[in-house]
Amino acid sequence: MTQPHPWMANAVQETKDEMMAALGVSSVEELFHQIPADHLTQRPFDLPRQLASETELSRHLEDLLAKNENAADNLCFLGAGAWPHYVPSICDEIAGRYEWQTSVFGSPTSDHGRNQAWFEFTSQIGALVEMDFVGLPVYSWGCAIGHGVRMAARMTGRSRVLVPAVMDPERLAVLRTYCGPSEMERHLDIVEVAVGADGLIDREDLATKLDDTVAALYFETPSYHGVIESDPAGLCQAARAVGAEAIAGVDPISLGVLEAPGAYGATMAVGPTQPLGVHMNCGGGVGGFIASPDEERYAREYPTLNISIAETIKEGEYGFGLTLFHQSSYGMRDEGKDWTGNSVYLWAVANAAYMAAMGPEGFREIGELILARSHRAASAIDALPGCSVDLERPFFKEFVVRFDRARVADVNAALRAQGIFGGKDISGEPGIDGQAALFCVTEVHTDADIDRLVAALKEAL
Amino acid sequence: MNAPIKTRSKARFEGYHAARWAEPVVMEMCCEGRRGAMFPPAGTDVRLPAGAMRKKAPQLPQMTEHDVLRHYLHLSQMTLGMMGVSLFGTCTMKYNPRIGEKVVAGKNLAEVHPLQHPDTLQGIMEIYANFSDILCELSGMDQFVFQAGGGADAAYTHACLTRAYHASRGELEQRDQIITTIQTHPCSPATANTAGFEVITLSLEENGYPSLEQLKSVVGPRTAALMVNNPDDMGIYNPDIKEWVRIVHEAGGLCFYDHANFNGVMTRLRARELGFDACMYMLHKTFGAPKGGGGPAVGAYGCSKELEPFLPSPLVKREGDRFVLDEDRPLSVGKIREFWGNAPQVVKAYAWALAMGAEGLREAADISVLANNYMDKRLGEVKGVTRSNPGIDAWRMEMTRHSLETVTRDTGCTVVDISNRMTDFGIDALWLSHEPWLVAEPFTPEAGELWSKEDIDYWIDVMEHVIHEAYADPDMVKTAPHKGAIHQLKGASLEDPERWATTWRAHRRKNLGV
Repeated sequence: MTQPHPWMANAVQETKDEMMAALGVSSVEELFHQIPADHLTQRPFDLPRQLASETELSRHLEDLLAKNENAADNLCFLGAGAWPHYVPSICDEIAGRYEWQTSVFGSPTSDHGRNQAWFEFTSQIGALVEMDFVGLPVYSWGCAIGHGVRMAARMTGRSRVLVPAVMDPERLAVLRTYCGPSEMERHLDIVEVAVGADGLIDREDLATKLDDTVAALYFETPSYHGVIESDPAGLCQAARAVGAEAIAGVDPISLGVLEAPGAYGATMAVGPTQPLGVHMNCGGGVGGFIASPDEERYAREYPTLNISIAETIKEGEYGFGLTLFHQSSYGMRDEGKDWTGNSVYLWAVANAAYMAAMGPEGFREIGELILARSHRAASAIDALPGCSVDLERPFFKEFVVRFDRARVADVNAALRAQGIFGGKDISGEPGIDGQAALFCVTEVHTDADIDRLVAALKEAL
Repeated sequence: MNAPIKTRSKARFEGYHAARWAEPVVMEMCCEGRRGAMFPPAGTDVRLPAGAMRKKAPQLPQMTEHDVLRHYLHLSQMTLGMMGVSLFGTCTMKYNPRIGEKVVAGKNLAEVHPLQHPDTLQGIMEIYANFSDILCELSGMDQFVFQAGGGADAAYTHACLTRAYHASRGELEQRDQIITTIQTHPCSPATANTAGFEVITLSLEENGYPSLEQLKSVVGPRTAALMVNNPDDMGIYNPDIKEWVRIVHEAGGLCFYDHANFNGVMTRLRARELGFDACMYMLHKTFGAPKGGGGPAVGAYGCSKELEPFLPSPLVKREGDRFVLDEDRPLSVGKIREFWGNAPQVVKAYAWALAMGAEGLREAADISVLANNYMDKRLGEVKGVTRSNPGIDAWRMEMTRHSLETVTRDTGCTVVDISNRMTDFGIDALWLSHEPWLVAEPFTPEAGELWSKEDIDYWIDVMEHVIHEAYADPDMVKTAPHKGAIHQLKGASLEDPERWATTWRAHRRKNLGV
């Protein structure tokens, strides 16, 4: 007889016997009689040896993960959808609490604290983007764009979506999935708008493509290449003028220095949540948000779960409950708005704590710091022979380094040998002739780190 | 051993009260000049285009780091979660072992970028490959991917694979229907619809599942796929499922097994051996990773060799003793979500599976079915509790749907009232039922392998007590909770466009008039 497993209270034989006696059965097997005999597997399960002791399990896992290299022991200049930002210690402690880690669904009263934290996530995102309606988070930025354009298509009754021709291929691939292939009758057409040498959406090309068949214009600032759109209001105005939604993709960590989408006339905003107090987690830290005005036109198209403040039966007391639940897939199955389910709600709690700790001053400071550090790095790299950065472009956090002769793969291999993860190799991607890499510099990179990068690059070239 | 537990059980009845911190909304916690985070000075000033610069600072809280910490810890304390007893059906609540949290918090996962060179990602790739092997062994499938951000996202993955598979055969325009059942989780029909398919939903018949005739009447040349769970949330196993799969295959459709209700059949059957082409496991529930109140989650999606070329990219593959990320897959659906999945949850689930081993999984399935039937038996003795499919005299699988219709009729107290009152005893709110409610005033408990018999007995004792209370003092139940973090919510404003507010900004404007 094996020992009762530490995670199963009822593995004790006496307890099982008590329950079986209550049922009047002599073997557990009798309880499975609903499953026909020919459904039962005949092949035994060849699984790894049980590691029920934590000491053995811990050793195994740590040994495996030690085969990774990490962005703490190395210098990491990779961004493009997951970014090395500093995660304040309180975010880890708060997100690690067993109470909401283990919470399921609960009720507005039994899981009141978690619901309030959710409302504080949406409220603070709303403050950053200056929009009044924010849904609970979706799986990722790409998924937020996908749901966003589908909302726009339903609102406008149109099926064309304009996106910049230079877009993160990872996000674009997700968006393509959400829009569907052309064989499907209800698919959405993705139309690419040219991006000029300045890294901005080409206004002339936009004018030829923007008409009253367009459901939404989607643009990003900063863009995939880090370029800040100088006139986002103009873009939004152009989209609104033809009755299309103007959807801005924004990095929330930039919003202490960059204008809020709600202030320049975007009708929807989407973006990533990982920068707000969540570790990169090998890509497992990603999450996305969707925001819009608090108008029924928008609110009634949200596929997300949505949390609202509401009064309790006690005078002056507030709680938080789900609103517009019925339109979700939980309420209406295939007639609901797209679908929802488990998403990244625990990260939303970390995001809420992050934003509260930052406050308006924190966001301003971090924005200015990222601008300063990334520009310092870009200038120093541009000064090296054999590579260049377009310093005329206004940019935030990420910038393109072009290499005259060297291959990015070789450069990055040389950097890696010195404990540096170079920028993402974007050679061959749209908008890139020749060899180029996308570098990301944030508040975690010190001046000394940047000097080390520049010296290593110089040697590699 | 029984006597002391009974004594404790009595104390449990009277002892619980939720923390009640009366925390303000964080947006009100604003004292000009206070800081919770600080950064070194930027040094140089970078000029921005005028049209891109922020004019007005965001209206965020201004509070110290200590106050932020206390605020959120207070909120965590006002979250019952699994701190009491949570027999939340369809979610298979398990212990979330702390070892998983500890390991993934280390820099070798938390501080890892998904676009690092594969040479620097060998550890996590090995875990992905090992865990895919484990799930393949459990399901009979040939390859698993972890890109889907939840169970519903795995259902969406299947809908997308269905598109790609039929498109590759030039049949997508013809095959525009996906078949499901009314007892299959809403995410299957919803994602099938989102992916562009017409959804056909089969209804239940007297055996507790749709008949073969009903299935045959809708299967045909337009059939793209079948998406079902089994057993269903009422604890009924469809014994015709192999025949279902055969019929759908014969018509040219694919078959997807939503293994959300895996606990009871774990190690007894393999989805592939029943003929299914693909299946899904929820790592955040079934495999011991935390649910987090709604993720981060993983819908582990596995399929047959034939469907593998269509899986989302990248795939983690073994090449000798190395691991590679295979992106060069022309038939792939592309991407369901950025990168390659919620890696921390995959590691936690892998850890859970290793700690359980084949014998532990078998034991867990046995215990969960035993415990559910024990509950079912005891609940059947509680006044006013009835169960779904009353005509079916069979032991149920790992959960059973019950009804409080009688109690509601007799006392006016609904299942929501009863649930609210039960939280006064530290019992997590009940899982009722997915829409539509086929059973009136439903609730669906699931004990799983985690909860002790004492916890289960306590849960039933509380329900019995509250039902007695409903008969004796219905107001006490209808106005519950009385020992919660807050009082009962007034629901009317939640569906009123003039009053709902999903942000503090909206609340100030609409409800406070500022």
